[in-house]
Amino acid sequence: MATRIDQSNKAGWLMAGPGIFLMTAFIIVPFFLAFAFSLTNQRLASPNATEYVGFDNYRGLLGVAVFTLEPERDDAGEVVIDDDGEISYPRLRNFTRNNPDYPNLAGKREWFSWQWGDDRIVILAADVVFMKALINTFTFVFVVAPVQAAVALGLALLINQKMRGISIFRALYFMPVVVSIVVVSLLWRFIYAPGDGLLNNLLGFFSFGAFDPRDWLGNPNTALGSIMAMSIWQGVGFHMVIWLSGLQTISPTLYEAASIEGANKRQQFRYVTWPGLRNTAVLILIVITMQAFALFAQIDVMTNGGPLDSTQVLVFQAVERGYGKQDISGGSTISVLLFVIVLSISLIQRYLTREKN
Amino acid sequence: MAAINPDDQGLRLAVRYAVLCLVAVIFVFPLLFMVMSSLKPSAQLLLDTKSIRAFLPVGDISLDNYRAAFDRAPIGVFVLNSVLITGVTVLLTIFVCSLAGFAFVFLDWKGRGVIFSILLATLIIPYETIFIPLLLMASQLPWISTEGLEIGWLNSYRVQVVPFIADGLSIFLFVQFFRDLPRELIEASRVEGASWWAIYRRIVMPLSGPVIATAAILKFLFMYNQYLWPLMVVQDESIRPVMVGLGYFTDQLNVPWGEVMAYLTVITVPVLAFYLSLQKVFISSVASTGVKG
Repeated sequence: MATRIDQSNKAGWLMAGPGIFLMTAFIIVPFFLAFAFSLTNQRLASPNATEYVGFDNYRGLLGVAVFTLEPERDDAGEVVIDDDGEISYPRLRNFTRNNPDYPNLAGKREWFSWQWGDDRIVILAADVVFMKALINTFTFVFVVAPVQAAVALGLALLINQKMRGISIFRALYFMPVVVSIVVVSLLWRFIYAPGDGLLNNLLGFFSFGAFDPRDWLGNPNTALGSIMAMSIWQGVGFHMVIWLSGLQTISPTLYEAASIEGANKRQQFRYVTWPGLRNTAVLILIVITMQAFALFAQIDVMTNGGPLDSTQVLVFQAVERGYGKQDISGGSTISVLLFVIVLSISLIQRYLTREKN
Repeated sequence: MAAINPDDQGLRLAVRYAVLCLVAVIFVFPLLFMVMSSLKPSAQLLLDTKSIRAFLPVGDISLDNYRAAFDRAPIGVFVLNSVLITGVTVLLTIFVCSLAGFAFVFLDWKGRGVIFSILLATLIIPYETIFIPLLLMASQLPWISTEGLEIGWLNSYRVQVVPFIADGLSIFLFVQFFRDLPRELIEASRVEGASWWAIYRRIVMPLSGPVIATAAILKFLFMYNQYLWPLMVVQDESIRPVMVGLGYFTDQLNVPWGEVMAYLTVITVPVLAFYLSLQKVFISSVASTGVKG
């Protein structure tokens, strides 16, 4: 008996070995290396030895400070008003550069500010571009995840009808999923072109010329939104199919029972369909969230983070530093933060959608 | 309740089809626009966006854009590279991951439970978060070739293939499928003295067509569409895959849109044709990633 187990032991390791080895070497090890590198000043190639720097990289990315700028006052204590009628403030850089009285502001730059009485409240960040990337990524995820999940559910319900030729429609809706996001991004860059671009012309046509052509990707107000719309277009078929497989696990007898009880379509959805889709919903939200946080190709092909950093996102920043500037530690730090965010959000989603007894 | 009159039902059906068609237009027309534009000279291309002509093969139709695109970039080389990299990875994935799945399901060995959970846990790691450290690793990994030991994997085929052979999802798909196979079949052959390897090769794999198709299709899509990783690790144009080859067209001051559309069509239409001919399998592959474990 013992020999059989031994044999099984050996055969098991032999057969699973290549897979375990490859996954360890190329997924698990780099994953932990990201954590390790984020605590050093590792570069891709450097003559200097790598040093441990503690949490400096994290401070350099996440450091934020609030500072109240008081207006300049003349000798009588009156607020100084400049020629344009604006309140005059001391220059911010007097505090952020070489000022031993304000060590927490050293090296930081203005992120945004607002007026508070005569004072100006300034939010400073150690890395303003990173902060913008963080905000943009969250905006992207929090818009795309629910919208894409909802549109996908709508499509799944549409396609779940018993009609002749329905599988043709299903195949068509799924089509963009098999097209590379790189191809899609380049194609849509042309569709979004300013002036005579396809989208501008289309909107002009349907509004009988009332629509003013826009530079969709060149305007900071519309660039991120345009990328969101395109990403949803490309990815929604994928999640439609997952919803569809969830819908098909719901037993038809439940619908029969509901209609005998006199439930209308909406009630059927509320009391039969939706409860039956709970697990699918959790899965879809987690999958879309993970995919959305990893957004990169769209930015790289369409905007390069611009205009005015309005489409900077985390992976793009990680690549720009880790690869572009060969700053492996900086890129790794962003990667670790990205992973921590993705994990936390998945856990929160799982907690919020848990089965309540 | 009043009986539904047949006209009413017909109307309702017509409305349903109208909605389905309208949605289909949204998904298909951008792709149609891509293919049609690839046949038109750049000047006409812009003019045509003003009307329905954008989606029709009308006007000065020719393959000039294709000729120009092939002149501008070694597209044949890029396509060959992508086919090679994708094909080899898919084959190795099927082999390595099915073997691992087999060991996890049918064999009893020390550590298999723990290791399986660890491999499954990697599903939460997006590839994008490990590419930067992997880049450094790849620059320093050793490789034994005919010329002896060399250091560094950058700028090679292997750096585009080896890291993607084994992944948690592929192994998981095989495990799921193998669990539903009749165990008696395997135990009977075992009693008859068949080796594990023989059981894997002669009994299990021949039964595994559906899961092989699923794993192959998912890996194919992932590999063929890879962009970020080859962008970072490949400089030589002779080993560049198709997506990175796009740089030839977009790094221009004036993007030659006609040629871009031709290139996009060349690298997309074969995939679309492949998909449309096997669409049921493609769609059920994606659906199976949604089966909760």
